[in-house]
Amino acid sequence: MHWNSFSDFIAMGGYGLYVWGSFGVTALVMILEPWLVRRRHRLTQQRLARQLRAEAKLEQTP
Amino acid sequence: MSKQQIHWFKYSAPSTFYPLAGRLIPWFWGLFAITALAGLWIGFFVAPTDFQQGEGYRIIFVHVGASWMSMFIYLVMAFWAGMGLAFNTRLSGMMAQALAPTGALFAFLSLWTGALWGKPMWGTWWVWDARLTSELILLFLYMGFIALTHAIDDTRRADKAGAILALVGVVNIPIIYFSVKWWNTLHQGASVSLTKAPSMAAIMLWGMLICAIAMWMYTIAVALMRVRSIILERERHTDWVRELLASR
Repeated sequence: MHWNSFSDFIAMGGYGLYVWGSFGVTALVMILEPWLVRRRHRLTQQRLARQLRAEAKLEQTP
Repeated sequence: MSKQQIHWFKYSAPSTFYPLAGRLIPWFWGLFAITALAGLWIGFFVAPTDFQQGEGYRIIFVHVGASWMSMFIYLVMAFWAGMGLAFNTRLSGMMAQALAPTGALFAFLSLWTGALWGKPMWGTWWVWDARLTSELILLFLYMGFIALTHAIDDTRRADKAGAILALVGVVNIPIIYFSVKWWNTLHQGASVSLTKAPSMAAIMLWGMLICAIAMWMYTIAVALMRVRSIILERERHTDWVRELLASR
């Protein structure tokens, strides 16, 4: 371990902006993308199930 | 032919692939979590300070993985697109569709982290040099593939048009990879190559490789999640999807 303190770690030897800018945006992308994909899957299932119910209803009405 | 053989073709049917993908996803997330933690630990706490670039070099732990994935995902995407074109298999086009957005994001991350690395080390965010420009073209190829396939309503025609674009674009991958050799660029040469020993400290190399493996696991997990949505959408008129949705 070569960091003397937490602020030392954050400063990254003067490269803090560049290092944390890289890791931060990467982390953001790798959190947002799975969240959006998961949301899409849930919404797709709901939408298709709704369509299916609507179709079934349509068939029942004379 | 033995009867014990695994029936791989069975899994090329969307109805069998859908539940299989669902079972695999948590495993890949698990592998991602382990490798990401290990890679970040090595990257920030084990790997020493670079004698030339100080702590700034630590960007390598995201930059190289993202750049490799952006190229590798393109090849896999083009492979599936080509398989769809050649054999007309339904799942192939869906796989290509599922990979494109993740590949585009890694191409963006490669450029973004590269810019943040270039500024302190080269004194500029961007130069129109061969490596950077060909990586930007890769991002445009992904965006072109997504835009083209979404602009055509008929999915079979969309897959075909996308496949041709993806296959033509493959020529860009060796250009990116060898750009640092073929042209005189600001970007450094490959630190890792198949033909000679890596030109970096072993622990830095390990950190970089483990971070790249983490991104690989991430890609598989997220692409499997996305392909499941695409399967449901495209197969919505089939009996198995109807039964699946009715049982919810």
